[in-house]
Amino acid sequence: MTEFTTWDILRNLLLATRWTLLLSLVSFIGGSVVGLCLLWLRISPRAALRRLAKGYIELFQGTPLLMQLFIAFFGLGLFGIDVPAWLAAGVALVLWSAAFLAEIWRGCVEAIAKGQWEASASLGMGRLQQMRYVILPQALKIAIPPTVGFSVQVIKGTALTSIIGFVELSKAGTIVTNATFQPFTVYGLVALIYFALCWPLSKSSQILERKLNVAHRNH
Amino acid sequence: MSLIEITEVRKSFGDNEVLKGINLDVEPGEVIAIIGKSGSGKSTLLRCINGLETISSGSIQVAGAQLLDDELHLKALRLKVGMIFQQFNLFPHLTAGGNVMLSQMVVKKTPKPEAEAMARRMLERVGLAHKFDAFPDELSGGQQQRVAIARALAMQPIALLCDEITSALDPELVSEVLAVVRELAKEGMTLLMVTHEMKFARDVCSRVVFMHQGRVHEIGPPEEVFANPQTPELRQFLGLQAAA
Repeated sequence: MTEFTTWDILRNLLLATRWTLLLSLVSFIGGSVVGLCLLWLRISPRAALRRLAKGYIELFQGTPLLMQLFIAFFGLGLFGIDVPAWLAAGVALVLWSAAFLAEIWRGCVEAIAKGQWEASASLGMGRLQQMRYVILPQALKIAIPPTVGFSVQVIKGTALTSIIGFVELSKAGTIVTNATFQPFTVYGLVALIYFALCWPLSKSSQILERKLNVAHRNH
Repeated sequence: MSLIEITEVRKSFGDNEVLKGINLDVEPGEVIAIIGKSGSGKSTLLRCINGLETISSGSIQVAGAQLLDDELHLKALRLKVGMIFQQFNLFPHLTAGGNVMLSQMVVKKTPKPEAEAMARRMLERVGLAHKFDAFPDELSGGQQQRVAIARALAMQPIALLCDEITSALDPELVSEVLAVVRELAKEGMTLLMVTHEMKFARDVCSRVVFMHQGRVHEIGPPEEVFANPQTPELRQFLGLQAAA
């Protein structure tokens, strides 16, 4: 029987971590783009668009991410569409992040005083201009800490994709455990790697919150 | 032709009719004070002229152009009519200069150097040339309101709407803002102001509009309106004012 050193285990886990990172990045960036569009609909003056975005957000916030993954992976398969695990994982996570980010950002946009909209409108700005030059610069400041905080949820969320067979950190952990029969070491290391990814983000979220608050006080 | 023509304007919020058929023509260069109790619809009227509220019926024309509720018409209207608010509403993330420059660059596509030159001129006009680089929260209320006036003036409007622009100010700061408005009136700017400053209205305005329960209740030159009120409502209003 082959002997595995701790380094062997760690090396394999770290290789799989690349996929966790890539999937997190794709989800977060894709989710931001879709989320921004959703936000635009969510605060639209047209009630139908607002309801559409609200429905989307409620659907994705009201169902487990795992179910969304299953539906993306198996559901489309029922219609004869063969979805590879990486695609299902990517799409589901992008759509899921988008729903949460849109809702986080909506709160930030709504925190901006109504007078800012009125003043910029009375100066002749269109809605897009108001958003870009007046509202978003202010909303962004409030949005950064919760957005960075949510990126931690995205990283941890990628672990679920192991269930549909996408080989990222958690799935690699299972595979390595099956080969080495050292679950404690392997999952311990997996947990440590997740922690090493998430902790700096949570910490920076806290630091940003403090820093931006100070900035807010000064001007 | 009048500069601003308000004809039979009605405005309801739900079942509550706030404006019940307003008629008012404003000639170029006129300074009009709108007075009345809170809830009489005076702020709403001002906000309708600027398209911040959509009117339920009637019509508003500014310099011959009809106020319609689509972004293109609204923008054209807002380039002609500036508005100044009770709460100043400066953009907190921009300096005083940035506040005055932004809409010139974004809306009128004025190149930055020209926008900056205009901003410096306008800030000087309100006596704040030295505060160009100050952020709003480094300014007093009176200074913020003067920046807001400079910001509106930089768009070169033909009329200014002032919505209780001194009501949020400490008493000692009111006069510096009113001095700026007085200057504007002298220069011939058309002004429509909702105000509680009766002395100012008496001194500066060409006409005073007394609004009561969503209607123009009395209108006339300040000497007449203040010295010889025709209706018990206005008498009571002015009496309350004197007592307060």
